[in-house]
Amino acid sequence: MEANELQEVVLAFASGAKVREKTDRPSLTVPAASLPDLLAKLKADERLSFDMLLDHTAVDWLERGVLELFYQLFSTRHGHTLTVSAEVPREEPVAPSVSGVHLIAEWQEREVYDMFGVLYEGHPDLRRLLLDDSWVGHPLRKDYRDDHMIERPK
Amino acid sequence: MTVQAYTLDDLVKRLDPQATEGASQQYFLNLGPQHPAAHGVLRVMLFLDGETVVRAIPVLGYIHRGIEKMGESLSTRQFIHLTDRLDYLSALMNNWAVARTVEKAAGIEVSPRAEWIRTIMAELQRLQSHLLWLGVLGMDLGAFTPFLWGFRDREELTYIFEETIGARLTMNYVLPGGVMSDIHPEFAARVKKYVAYIRPKIAEYEALLSGNVILEERLRNIGRLSAEDAVSIGATGPVLRASGVALDLRKASPYGAYDKLEFQVPVGTVGDSWDRYWVRFEEMRQSIAMIEQLLGGIPEGPHMSVKPAVKVKLPEGVHYGQLETARGILGVFIAAAGGSDVPYRIHLRSPTFNNLWSVTRLAPGWRIADLVAILTTLDLVIPDIER
Repeated sequence: MEANELQEVVLAFASGAKVREKTDRPSLTVPAASLPDLLAKLKADERLSFDMLLDHTAVDWLERGVLELFYQLFSTRHGHTLTVSAEVPREEPVAPSVSGVHLIAEWQEREVYDMFGVLYEGHPDLRRLLLDDSWVGHPLRKDYRDDHMIERPK
Repeated sequence: MTVQAYTLDDLVKRLDPQATEGASQQYFLNLGPQHPAAHGVLRVMLFLDGETVVRAIPVLGYIHRGIEKMGESLSTRQFIHLTDRLDYLSALMNNWAVARTVEKAAGIEVSPRAEWIRTIMAELQRLQSHLLWLGVLGMDLGAFTPFLWGFRDREELTYIFEETIGARLTMNYVLPGGVMSDIHPEFAARVKKYVAYIRPKIAEYEALLSGNVILEERLRNIGRLSAEDAVSIGATGPVLRASGVALDLRKASPYGAYDKLEFQVPVGTVGDSWDRYWVRFEEMRQSIAMIEQLLGGIPEGPHMSVKPAVKVKLPEGVHYGQLETARGILGVFIAAAGGSDVPYRIHLRSPTFNNLWSVTRLAPGWRIADLVAILTTLDLVIPDIER
């Protein structure tokens, strides 16, 4: 399926979805609450069959005060890709877990929780993944500081 | 609804054997983080019933270096130096993945010669990586000879790399626009000689290992990963292909010079440890075939299209690129704010991250010794997971 066509098909059954501009792949922005349903539908649909969650990560847009979650979907059957993104507020970063749809989301979400502090509703095992349990803060947030960080000389 | 995150201690308390009535054989055992069979600093907390694994809990973070955080204050060209330290056995391919993403984003043309050099170097490294894996597999399963043989044959390749690149492990060779230096005048001759040397060696390994009853008993039907689970876990590379899914980016969306090559994608049937072993074995043969084809026609031209002093500015937006390393799909995610050669955020989707997670599905029900066989056929490189 061509990129434009794919985007059209997905838009048709993702309510509240918008095309995300400035990406090099077919991309959509959806409300965070609709993520598990949407990903399950994308996986089940014959024409799309997005069966692999290749990657999940976040970007901290400090100025806008949001964390943007990115889900890179891939279809092993058709070979096409789709980026789904959703925004959650930085101050209260809660998003539904998609670990019921894709097994690997359990780990990916733990990494995003660890690094950005996003709390996933319905996650079976929400713990830090890479950092120690006693770590304070979430290092990939843009305003993260700790005593060991040194300012880079200009 | 409030969401509560918790800790490893909490998890252990929840699974505490004392709490389970009448199950006196249940206990915890740590495999690693410093264990010869754990391939680097991997710690797996095993919840055991006697000698049988009930649950395997990988505990990460012993060598987390914050590469993604560092990437937010380095230009992409500087960042490539760090990617050598991810999956160090695929150093060139990691460089290439970032370089490709930057090239695509910034619209940089790469000469056919540079693409050719990248492809042959990547295949040589895939062969080298699989040779090391084969040696370690033998070692893990109690055979010392493959370990010595694997390292002996790998060493020759290391010399070939060293001659052109100047480094043996962390090569830092592929940059946006091409490669750091042109190939050594002796390169083609040496590779040709090596191919003639390694081809009969592969047959020798096969005679030594594949026909071995002990090896077969240790691998056949152990740790079966169904195709459905493999896809849901996002396993890629030989782990996914062993489960019967013929996904190889070199074939599915060719890059470099792969579209000009004839090769096959080995695919397993049941996804057990034996299939994972067999797929990598066949991949070595395919790599050798590809290297031979590549030696046939070296295109002329420059090896680099961007002057080293030029800043490679990334346009505003989200860029994603991926390629197939020795372990699977490496994805590079770059969010750029525009007007700068430093990305706003850079993220790496490493193949070993997903592949390791399959151990939580594979391990339950097997003995500890089988777990070692499972871990070794997953071909883990821990720095790749921890970034």
